[in-house]
Amino acid sequence: MIVLNALKLALRALKRNTLRSLLTMLGIIIGVAAVISVVSIGNGAKARIEASIASMGQNVVQVMSGSSRRGGVSMGFGSAGTLTKEDYDAIRKDVKGIAGISPEVRNSSQVAVGNKNARVSIMGVGSDYPTIRAWKFADGDNFNEGDVQRASKVALIGKTTATTLFGEGENPVGQIIRIGSAPFTIVGLLAPKGMSMFGSDQDDVILMPYTSSMKRLSGGTSFRSFMVQVADPKDIDAVQAQINELLRERHKTTEETDDFMTRNQQEISEVATASSETLTILLGSVAGVSLLVGGIGIMNIMLVSVTERTREIGVRLAVGARGRDILMQFLIEAVTLSIVGGLIGVLLGWLASDRLSSLMQTPTLIATNSVIMAFCSSALIGICFGFFPALKASNLDPIEALRYE
Amino acid sequence: MSTPIVQLEDFKKTYQSGDIQVHAVRGVNLTVQAGEFIAVMGASGSGKSTLMNTVGCLDRPSGGRFMLDGVEVSKLDRDQLADLRNQKIGFVFQGFHLLARTSALENCELPMLYARPSKSASAQKARAMKSLEQVGLGQRFDHTPNQLSGGQQQRVAIARALVNDPKLLLADEPTGNLDSQTSIEIMGIFQHLNDAGMTIMMVTHELDVASYAKRMVVMRDGRIVRDEQVGPRHNAVEELGKLTREQAAVNLAP
Repeated sequence: MIVLNALKLALRALKRNTLRSLLTMLGIIIGVAAVISVVSIGNGAKARIEASIASMGQNVVQVMSGSSRRGGVSMGFGSAGTLTKEDYDAIRKDVKGIAGISPEVRNSSQVAVGNKNARVSIMGVGSDYPTIRAWKFADGDNFNEGDVQRASKVALIGKTTATTLFGEGENPVGQIIRIGSAPFTIVGLLAPKGMSMFGSDQDDVILMPYTSSMKRLSGGTSFRSFMVQVADPKDIDAVQAQINELLRERHKTTEETDDFMTRNQQEISEVATASSETLTILLGSVAGVSLLVGGIGIMNIMLVSVTERTREIGVRLAVGARGRDILMQFLIEAVTLSIVGGLIGVLLGWLASDRLSSLMQTPTLIATNSVIMAFCSSALIGICFGFFPALKASNLDPIEALRYE
Repeated sequence: MSTPIVQLEDFKKTYQSGDIQVHAVRGVNLTVQAGEFIAVMGASGSGKSTLMNTVGCLDRPSGGRFMLDGVEVSKLDRDQLADLRNQKIGFVFQGFHLLARTSALENCELPMLYARPSKSASAQKARAMKSLEQVGLGQRFDHTPNQLSGGQQQRVAIARALVNDPKLLLADEPTGNLDSQTSIEIMGIFQHLNDAGMTIMMVTHELDVASYAKRMVVMRDGRIVRDEQVGPRHNAVEELGKLTREQAAVNLAP
């Protein structure tokens, strides 16, 4: 009853000074809106990174060859070429619970069709590769295991490369292209996959059997990396452990002296999202500071309000209001200010992140918990910063308050 | 004999003003029985305001004893004083002290908001309405103070003072901001309430106003110097008639 009355009083007092109330709320409004839009942008970026990691394939364990050193400088994982065809066959044969495996042999080569040519990255892969990476075909079909055995001159072409070489709308399937000096038949057109998380175009690519790539283009005998797809996501750690064990046995290494590295998709995504999370936390805390400043604004205006209404407080005390009644009245007024501000802020933050996503062409994702958190902290700020002015009001001496001019 | 409403025994009040001790009231004995209409007079600084604040439970005595309707006030804490003001005392101030931009009815409901146990909203409204009708303002319940004349505002204040059925109506210079005709009207309301059994204590410095009361107390330098029944007592109805005739005469004069 008392609370309800105080709420009614508070709303009336705020309505009386509409402009002042709005200006006071502005700090909270901006704070809450900033928190919500910053977090939604951060979440959007995170979701995009996760999506692009998912585009690498589902439930994938990556096996990379160790790093070589040239003049004391590490050339990075994959450069040593310690993974061999025998390793590949061993994993394929002995590791339990894998759905598919494919090596990746990367190089780039000049590709020509008629009078058009381009430098394209060529990936030598196994026949499981499109399945592992969930890469669909726009036209044509995959090469088969027989093509891999025979090192056939067949290739799959990415959307961007196809457009560059054949022009928009032309179907490249069945056409012959020259890669380096060898003619290859295009058997499949890959569906577009978009940007990778590092910003490169995943569709500017030609895939071919790794045997063909090694024999006809690079001449190498070792692999940079394998991609292993796990049949059941629950087994991903077990499969990773099996591969580690198998390769250590084959390479006669221990954990310290490994000449290869395995990592699963979860580890990759953790690394990739960590930086965007750090940024979100940073920007979010800046927005949080503005919430705090908004709280100080509320305290300021509540102090003014208490002084202005000293006589009213005196009258209330004289007719029998206890200190607690006055405290409640002003506290609820402050909380109402901050909560209304919070609500407006939530609305504005929502609109802002919506506008931002279309303006910057980045997806935004409004997280329910950031809305709840921002709203609750605005209410909390109302309580914290409203308490001191309310306490001051409740401790007024009735005689002096009545005499106050 | 029934319990006196106000019983002050050797009441003293001392203020500390910097290094100097100010003796506002230096030992006052005063008893007010139920049904009395008492006017407290005195120049400023005589201690009458301090006396009123203490009787109104806004302040506690520094010495002596103060019983309000049989309750020893000196030992009560802040909240208990607030409850006592709420239940036993109705205040009427010189400056009306109505809440601005708040209707007459809501102003009257104010003391009931803080009453324990509280009445239902509809009961509060009904009681406030009855109180406004008692002072002749039933028609103007939805007016805000700035839409009312001084006299009407003071009536709203009186109506507000009555809603919790107090034991004592305490008026501090109730006519100080009003013209003479309105003053007489307010005194008329007081006399009417007093006839109905309300105990009234009123501070004034006008002898004219004091003579509407039944008993008059004069204070000087923190002591009561005179305490007597009002001799020729004014009657508000007669005085108002007299005033109207005088005004008519002035208007008729060429």
